[in-house]
Amino acid sequence: MSSFFVFVLVTLTMLMLVYLYRVIRGPSVFDRVLGLNGISTKAIVLLVLLGTMFERVDMFVDISTGYALLNLVGALAIAKFLEERGTSEK
Amino acid sequence: MTIEIPLLILLVMTAAGAMLVKDLISSVFILGSYSFALSLVWALLGAVDVAFVEAVVGAGLATVFFLLTLFRTTEKDDVIRRPPVPWAAIIGLPLLGLLLLYGAGDLPAFGDVSSPASTHISPYYLENSVAQTRTPNVVTAVLMDYRSFDTFIETIVIFTAGIACALILRKGGE
Repeated sequence: MSSFFVFVLVTLTMLMLVYLYRVIRGPSVFDRVLGLNGISTKAIVLLVLLGTMFERVDMFVDISTGYALLNLVGALAIAKFLEERGTSEK
Repeated sequence: MTIEIPLLILLVMTAAGAMLVKDLISSVFILGSYSFALSLVWALLGAVDVAFVEAVVGAGLATVFFLLTLFRTTEKDDVIRRPPVPWAAIIGLPLLGLLLLYGAGDLPAFGDVSSPASTHISPYYLENSVAQTRTPNVVTAVLMDYRSFDTFIETIVIFTAGIACALILRKGGE
């Protein structure tokens, strides 16, 4: 059971690396925004999985909820920024 | 555990990427993902409260504040101009890293029950905090009673920083 969780954790972290490639290399700003959102969804799942491993799901669910809420605020701020500033870089 | 290694790779890659990327807004995004990875590392070490603060402040609020700063500054500093790295840094910083690793070799292992902190201070707090402070939570007792001046001055610092941010960011007026 525990080794299954570790396998899932490592796989999800590898997936985060794939997203990270798009965040760092991504030619346009939108690629970076989508990559960041993908990383944050993986991070939310990872936090709940960590809580299941440590058998303290109640605390970790709080963190991941805070994550998800502030990720929304951050995405809105980025969207507002891009709307008013425009995408100058190509 | 094997999960730590990919997380640390993620951490180093995001830290390097935030410094090496060309424009500032991408740097802000990569810094956000760095905070995600760092928060996962804290959660893995069992420091759930630190992970929570890192997730909320580092990944959420800091990204918004950086974007606000970029939004209110001019186009001029949109692209980073990077001067060539001096030779002293190329030689000195790896030496400093080796020195820090050498110093870290003497630290007790994570969760070591025979380390000085676990043999002297922690048992004292665990045994006496309820009788001395009448607080059911040991962490709260340490933070608010045994280290109350530390917490008090930290609060002053954060309050001052908040006032300064409010004064700088307010709209209109001189």
